[in-house]
Amino acid sequence: MKKSSCLEVNGVTKRFGGLFANDNISFVVEEGEIVSIIGPNGAGKSTLFNCVTGFYHPDSGKISFMGQEITHYRAHRICKMGVARTFQIVQIISDMSVLENVMTGALLRYNRIAPAMEKAEEVLTFTGLIEKKELLATELTIADKKRLEVSMALATRPKLLMLDESMAGLTRVELQGMIDLIKEIGRKGITLVVVEHVMEAVMQISDRVVVLNSGKKIMEGSPQEVVVNEEVIQAYLGEKR
Amino acid sequence: MRNLSFKQISLCIIVLILLILFPVAFSKPFPQHVMILIFMFGTMAVAWNIMGGYAGMFSFGQVAFFGIGAYTSSFLLITYHVNPWLGLIVGGLISALVGAAIGYPCSNLRGHYFAIASIAFGEIVRTHFNNWKLIGAAEGMTLPMMNESFGNFMFHSSKLPYYYIMLAFLIISLIVCYFVSTSKMGYYFRAIKESHDVAKVLGVNVVWYRLIAIMISAFLTAMAGTFYAQYVLYLDPESVLILPISVQIVLISMLGGAGSIMGPVIGAAILMPVSEVTRVMLGHKGTGIDMIIYGTLITLISVYQPKGVWGLFSNIGKRMK
Repeated sequence: MKKSSCLEVNGVTKRFGGLFANDNISFVVEEGEIVSIIGPNGAGKSTLFNCVTGFYHPDSGKISFMGQEITHYRAHRICKMGVARTFQIVQIISDMSVLENVMTGALLRYNRIAPAMEKAEEVLTFTGLIEKKELLATELTIADKKRLEVSMALATRPKLLMLDESMAGLTRVELQGMIDLIKEIGRKGITLVVVEHVMEAVMQISDRVVVLNSGKKIMEGSPQEVVVNEEVIQAYLGEKR
Repeated sequence: MRNLSFKQISLCIIVLILLILFPVAFSKPFPQHVMILIFMFGTMAVAWNIMGGYAGMFSFGQVAFFGIGAYTSSFLLITYHVNPWLGLIVGGLISALVGAAIGYPCSNLRGHYFAIASIAFGEIVRTHFNNWKLIGAAEGMTLPMMNESFGNFMFHSSKLPYYYIMLAFLIISLIVCYFVSTSKMGYYFRAIKESHDVAKVLGVNVVWYRLIAIMISAFLTAMAGTFYAQYVLYLDPESVLILPISVQIVLISMLGGAGSIMGPVIGAAILMPVSEVTRVMLGHKGTGIDMIIYGTLITLISVYQPKGVWGLFSNIGKRMK
């Protein structure tokens, strides 16, 4: 029996007026992989994220998760199926404690507070925020906020976790911490799709890299292949004269 | 927060006993009337708080739910001789349904936009009722005199039964609010209040949970509406469907502390005596004076303690620990 892929994006196109934010993008993510999506600003990475997670609906094309088509599902339903995500700009619930934030995520799988609380503590132990669980979410540093957002996503028990620039704006130490966390999540068997600008991180974590430019996929391959590719270098640095 | 401490429970019981004994100490009608208004607006503020304070939908149209509740039970009583208690349930259900019907198309409206839509909703209901012949249009409706009894929800010789009935309604709405705020629903409401996006990625069906919040709020507010009709025995759109009532509900909740269980009740306990006393002491010359006092209080509280009087209390409580 053929193992079904975790995520299949097939010819997805999303237009905003005359602008093709995503133009006929296709790629496949296998279960257990860590795939990075890179590209210059405005390449359509976040739009693609929004299409997959149900925040936008593509104008054409098909998206399947675990063999089931989810193209026109609404965001909360896709989440319930096992796709969690974070945002480029951190989204947390500011008037709740760290623990309550994560617990709200865990409530997707538990109807009662006590077991959800237990699950939340387990996740916080895993992500290393357990000692700060009583703090208000807004009292955290930016690095910890990003970690909290990942914890909230993990609490929904995803099969596929999509991280949108979880490493932007971190110090070197924080960056390494986040890289280790992502690898650790991968080892738990959760498939990861990561949008990232920090090449150092991309090189370390990715099994495969998908490169977007002006809404089109221009390349797909191992991290080592991607960084030496002419077209990719051109997209980032412009043409050689 | 999830489990009430022994201290909190005993405090609640003491307050409750004091409230039950209040009419013994103050047997004149006026203080009892003021207390009834506190309970009534307290109930509506608690109901608003479920929508506004927890789920982040700043409704300025609560008066429509109040009016629908009052009109439904009164219309049923006058036309079909339906018992007001049954009318109360029917009014609550109709109010919840209307709330859901109007809330659904407003699912994506947030913040100011939701507030504006809710004002429009309240005004549309008022205009309709002002012109709807079946329910008396602008002339309103006078409820028939019936024998005084609990079953008839009508009392003539004393305000006392009204006092206890409204106190019971307030307690019911507080219990509802307590269960909402400590359950999955409450956490989902707070996620929705923060942002629809964060709620969606946590798997919250935002549209559905917003409708639930609206329906709970509408039902409780309509209960207060039926009570008002049975208490005053006369209804017209200009007394039960006007915007200032909606505004007052919001002010009470904000002053007391939106997003806390007891905040709205404290707000009502502060603002209702102010408006009643100025109304009685200054009569028509005093129209608006209560609003000036409200305005001052609201400004002070929003500058110095955005979490309302309740926030002030809990800060003091923390310091004393």
